Amino acid sequence: MIRDYAHCIDDDRLEDWPGFFVEKGIYRIVTRETFERGMPVGVMTCTSRGMMQDRVLSLRQANIYEPHVYRHLISAISVQPDDSGAWTGRTSFAVIRTMQEGAMSIFAAGRYLDRIVLEDGAPRFAERVAVLDSRRIDTLIVIPL
Amino acid sequence: MDGMASERLKEIVNWPGQGVHRVPYRVYTDPDVYAEEQRRLFRGPVWNFIGMALEVPETGCFVTRYVGDTPVVMVRDEDGAINVMANRCAHRGNLVCTQSCGRAEHFTCVYHNWIYDLKGALTSVAFRRGVGGKGGMPDDFDMADHRMPALRAETFCGMVFATFDAAAPSLTDYLGDEMRDNIERVVGRRMTLLGTYSQYMPNSWKLYMENVRDSYHASLLHMFQASFGINRLTMDGGIRLSDDGWHHVSYSKEATDKDGEATYSGKKLRAMDHGFALADPSLIDRWPEFGCGTTLAIQSVFPNFIVQQIYNSIALRLCVPRGPEECELMWWVLGAEDDTPEQHEIRIRQSNMIGPGGLISMEDGVVGGWVQRATRRDGDATTILEMGGRDVAPSQGSRATETSIRGFWTGWRATMGV
Repeated sequence: MIRDYAHCIDDDRLEDWPGFFVEKGIYRIVTRETFERGMPVGVMTCTSRGMMQDRVLSLRQANIYEPHVYRHLISAISVQPDDSGAWTGRTSFAVIRTMQEGAMSIFAAGRYLDRIVLEDGAPRFAERVAVLDSRRIDTLIVIPL
Repeated sequence: MDGMASERLKEIVNWPGQGVHRVPYRVYTDPDVYAEEQRRLFRGPVWNFIGMALEVPETGCFVTRYVGDTPVVMVRDEDGAINVMANRCAHRGNLVCTQSCGRAEHFTCVYHNWIYDLKGALTSVAFRRGVGGKGGMPDDFDMADHRMPALRAETFCGMVFATFDAAAPSLTDYLGDEMRDNIERVVGRRMTLLGTYSQYMPNSWKLYMENVRDSYHASLLHMFQASFGINRLTMDGGIRLSDDGWHHVSYSKEATDKDGEATYSGKKLRAMDHGFALADPSLIDRWPEFGCGTTLAIQSVFPNFIVQQIYNSIALRLCVPRGPEECELMWWVLGAEDDTPEQHEIRIRQSNMIGPGGLISMEDGVVGGWVQRATRRDGDATTILEMGGRDVAPSQGSRATETSIRGFWTGWRATMGV
């Protein structure tokens, strides 16, 4: 699932993205300095699958930005069962962003901190927090990491 | 005096005769203009936002920040006072404080171990008397003659401002009554920090500051907002300006939108092309936090500071210049200490509308870069800033105006002397 999630975003199948989460799933992107100080507000916070769908609808229909794509590089995947029958995951990521004119940059690097549960026999994210190593976002972030 | 003579700068800028409703594109790119801004404007008679007092809660707590692009340190001393000084060793100019934040009993420059107290005074010079009677500083070297350069610092509503200019008016007078009223309304209580991040933009800091003051664009560029009826120019609202026009507040009251649908749909604006319904409307849950009924207020304090209230989303932004054609927008997302758990959650959800990933605000990160790209080789060409007239005056009942952008350029020309 961790691998499929990366392919889903890089392939621009964003309408499928909320399906990786349970209905009340949480998706957050926070800076490392915010995360380490225990503060709650990041650059994206979805507290339901519906809010993720709204993000996708907004980026398809409403938001204005220069077209670009991501390429996720994920590594150091670790998934451990916890006492509640769920799993705790940690994965390193780097995202290369390529703009329509060809400019490429390392857009983001950090770690995913996951809580994964089984729903109808399939794994889903109950929570996925992308902790960014940098406090800076270049220009804007519209596509989820 | 260092820097460029005023006559030479006037020649370079070559401001059009019409006035502040024409801005030559050269000012967004020229390296000489940028250098003179650092000297005349950011070190001139302005108050620069440094940070929040709550970021340095105890003696010795410090953060490193920027005034213009000059590194400074903000620190709380033994007397409880907050001091701001240039982050530069008197000896050989090394950066004294190399951490973004922390707590220290004193500051030690790592290069040659010169030590400063929390007021920036030099208290120790390594090997001052030499080694074994040889070397060392001359006998007449007096540590009292040297320090980390001090700025004047003042605090208002928990926000620390500083100026390099001994002749600048007091912070109170600099802000003026109307600007202080809005700051007090939004953050004049015990606040908490909910998150921090930056947005790095490929454009002059001035293009972002124009965007912030541009109430005309808000419901046209930002389609998310307009489509959901969050902010339309047809809502009751207006522009307040400080007496000199340098600072502004653009505000609106949502409950007063009477004829919005007709005005927008009649003109077939792109911003109304789609009527959306949110799958999860809790994104825009809110509560009436302010007795005045204001649902949106964007305030800019010249030169580069912003106080934002969008519903219950409260944030401070500082647009730090990073060279002629780059800037970094630093964000402080805030809550209030007496927020209920429900209000706390609402503020977190509403934070989706702001910042580099903001459903409303993300476009502000990209338009500046597009302007920069399109105008770089057309320094003699100019913008048109005539919406709402050509003067700098408050606007009651209408935000279809560029008056507060003209106010920005009034402040810019005054401080730059062009």
